Amino acid sequence: MTVSVKPGKLIKGQTGDWEVVIGMEVHAQVTSKSKLFSGASTEFGGEPNSHVSLVDAAMPGMLPVINEECVKQAVRTGLGLNAKINLRSVFDRKNYFYPDSPQGYQISQYKSPVVGEGEIVVELDGGRTATIGIERLHLEQDAGKLLHDQAPTMSYVDLNRCGVALMEIVSKPDIRDAEQAKAYVTKLRSILRYLGTCDGDMEKGSLRADVNVSVRKPGGPLGTRCEIKNMNSINFIGQAIEYEARRQIEIIEDGGTIDQETRLFDPNKGETRSMRSKEEAHDYRYFPDPDLLPLEFTQGYVDELKAKLPELPDQKKARFIESLGLSPYDAGVLVAERESAVFYETVLDGLADKARDGKLAANWVINELFGRLNKEGHGITASPVSAAQLAAIVGLIGEGTISGKIAKDLFEIVWTEGGDPRELVEARGMKQVTDLGAIEKVVDDIIAANPDKVAQAKAKPQLAGWFVGQVMKQSGGKANPQAVNDLLKTKLGI
Amino acid sequence: MTDLTSLTIAEAREGLASQSFTSLELTDAHLAAIEAARSLNAFVLETPDQARAMARTVDAKIAKGEGGPLAGIPLGIKDLFATKDVRTTACSKILGNFVPPYESTVTSQLWRDGAVMLGKLNNDEFAMGSSNETSCFGPVVNPWRREGSNTTLVPGGSSGGSASAVAALLCMGATATDTGGSIRQPAAFTATVGVKPTYGRCSRWGIVAFASSLDQAGPIARTVRDSAILMRSMAGHDPKDTTSVDIGVPDYEAAVGKSVKGMKIGIPKEYRLDGMPAEIEKLWSEGAAWLKAAGAELVEVSLPHTKYALPAYYIVAPAEASSNLARYDGVRYGLRVPGRSIGELYENTRAEGFGDEVRRRVMIGTYVLSAGYYDAYYLRAQKVRTLIKKDFEDCFAKGISAILTPATPSAAFGVGEKGGADPVEMYLNDIFTVTVNMAGLPGIAVPAGKDAQGLPLGLQLIGRPFDEETLFSLGEVVEQAAGRFTPPRWW
Repeated sequence: MTVSVKPGKLIKGQTGDWEVVIGMEVHAQVTSKSKLFSGASTEFGGEPNSHVSLVDAAMPGMLPVINEECVKQAVRTGLGLNAKINLRSVFDRKNYFYPDSPQGYQISQYKSPVVGEGEIVVELDGGRTATIGIERLHLEQDAGKLLHDQAPTMSYVDLNRCGVALMEIVSKPDIRDAEQAKAYVTKLRSILRYLGTCDGDMEKGSLRADVNVSVRKPGGPLGTRCEIKNMNSINFIGQAIEYEARRQIEIIEDGGTIDQETRLFDPNKGETRSMRSKEEAHDYRYFPDPDLLPLEFTQGYVDELKAKLPELPDQKKARFIESLGLSPYDAGVLVAERESAVFYETVLDGLADKARDGKLAANWVINELFGRLNKEGHGITASPVSAAQLAAIVGLIGEGTISGKIAKDLFEIVWTEGGDPRELVEARGMKQVTDLGAIEKVVDDIIAANPDKVAQAKAKPQLAGWFVGQVMKQSGGKANPQAVNDLLKTKLGI
Repeated sequence: MTDLTSLTIAEAREGLASQSFTSLELTDAHLAAIEAARSLNAFVLETPDQARAMARTVDAKIAKGEGGPLAGIPLGIKDLFATKDVRTTACSKILGNFVPPYESTVTSQLWRDGAVMLGKLNNDEFAMGSSNETSCFGPVVNPWRREGSNTTLVPGGSSGGSASAVAALLCMGATATDTGGSIRQPAAFTATVGVKPTYGRCSRWGIVAFASSLDQAGPIARTVRDSAILMRSMAGHDPKDTTSVDIGVPDYEAAVGKSVKGMKIGIPKEYRLDGMPAEIEKLWSEGAAWLKAAGAELVEVSLPHTKYALPAYYIVAPAEASSNLARYDGVRYGLRVPGRSIGELYENTRAEGFGDEVRRRVMIGTYVLSAGYYDAYYLRAQKVRTLIKKDFEDCFAKGISAILTPATPSAAFGVGEKGGADPVEMYLNDIFTVTVNMAGLPGIAVPAGKDAQGLPLGLQLIGRPFDEETLFSLGEVVEQAAGRFTPPRWW
């Protein structure tokens, strides 16, 4: 699969422009009840060592047994990444000593991963997109956690996370700047969350990224890369790339060379620091795990999973544009987070006339609701205005019962006090006046009282807006704006 | 009570069923024999209280007519099998006083069927060895001696404790494991019957791992019939071991005594080694003649990659072992020798906990898996393994039912006699047996005669995958012809 790489933002150095080349390895914790090779729970936040089976603790004679749910999740993820699914893959042992790895090796997939090449389209600023190639996805065990702050002379080990299934998703080196990198992780996270294969909770460590960064003169040969390990924030990923690229450029421009090494990002100082050099890198002595047979399934199994995949963000976006006439930007905003899309679709479900009001509903979700939620610091799932309430408000506008202006007042009431929007409109007399006779009376009065403005408006029709404002003011905002406009045009003869 | 210990399992089964004696009497007889034979160092842990408790329980069941297929039969358990609440060490210092909170699948099936545990049997440390000299509990002594000599001989290994205990009438049968010959070679050295089942026939769950792709549990007993009886209880699919195979367990005992008429038996020409002792050659010919007399047809066959098997085995097995033994790190259980850093803790613990042979194999294994050497050693060895497997497949495809070979290139040797200067000298003991593990096939070692010094020698029969039954039928023919061999008691 060849992907045409989107050029990124170049960085100006003393010797001219530099291009950044980025590849990423994202570790996504698989959503499953039990671990990859044992029946222990994957629940987060249990008492230390309360979710540890004999297999997880690597007791003598214990054997791993593959958890089929994790395989299913990996295959579903592969399908969501438009990737090749390998019907036969192999689990290997990655050998290294560390107390968070009781077996003395991690069971991973080295030469034959369960998922091969794929690609995803990521959204950039200004409606631009970039296609990023996926190299592979494989299943592996997570490690335990060391606790260094429990005793003065010892470290403690918590094996709760040990053996939990991870998907390592490796990108091709197709990413060209920090914006693309952030967009890549954002999109990947979104896809995983739509699929329900990873909760994407970066704070809890459910999604972590290792970022490989190198720099080169545009179109030149690839530079030596450094790997920034264990990033668990999309913003930090952006900062780390910016810093690391500049660091490498400075070294090269000063006549130095880049050492291939593993680095860590310090978010407090905003810089990366060396963790270990290539020479210190482990020789992992990978070999096929003799305790496990190769992982094999049929194309039929894959097809069945494929048929049951939920609608993914790209498909949803296309459908919103196509069937509801949303702008690509609005559709993109709505589908970016699974919860937002779910909310919007619930609003749609509550509309009597989707074709008429779908677009209006999108505007309301994006502008009024998101705007307000952001201001108040709420997530969409904690919105005080429910999807059903918002649907009612939008419906009232669409059917002409209330004006957009009144709708904003209504929204405010629902936000603070709650209640059924339709009942509120009735009870508080917020209905739009569509009685032409009543509106005409108001229009006539205003025209009669302001002959000078009438003359001005006749000369300069744009000034008719002043009359609209006056009519709306006198009617308490309830006059139908279209009717007001039509009447004014006739009466003023413009 | 000596009478009771000399019974076979089949005989004891009848006696127990007819209530001629109780399991407690049978168990006590064996416990007394064990106590009297401590100089053999076959048991590393005796569990008399547990044995008597199990015997009483099973006696009550027998009285109600509820005894299982092994009801009341006292057995010894190789210390590689995890036994719940009973110390399990793999005869390595590194496991220290490890007491597993779980029971291996194979032993739990034996207890399910009514067997009684007498204790844990000595073996080479982590099953690495061919003489039972690498055990942290010291070498096991073979109850057999050369005629007119008091030289202490090894029982073979790694299941030396199992073989010695069965031969010396300390238990009626024993569990054992075989990675490159560890059941069949000690059986041959002690005139007992040892069965290495097809890879996947017995669950590996709860057995301390040596080399996962080669390890297989099996029985050592005094007769072919007894080994078949034990096999039926030990075998079976286990969802906890994904390499175990879901095929029904046949009534192996029914195969004992079945006619072998018309079976084609392969004699592999590559097993005729240069410098092979004449008495081994003679034994082999005799075995062939016995089978022929029973109606089998002897056919010369070729297993062309045989000579590469031993070197390939000594790459694959240590490679897997180096990784399997990484868990013994002093962090969670077993021995811990502290250090100033985690690195030092690992180094101190493993240097103190592992014996020379284990350390040697961990180093070999680490080396052959290293970047830059993997292709030349591990990968090539795996290719050789595929070829060895194919040799056998080609052979069986020609209608061969089983293959007859000597079990070992010599009889038992003296303690300290081999491998001191050159470990390869010891490794050569497995020359006839490793091919079977590399191909995942079943094999049986049956006592067939004695050498000039009066030491037992065995023949090996190699079968098709999951066709242990044919081996029991053929083994019975050899046993009938050769007779049974019991060491004179001197201990």
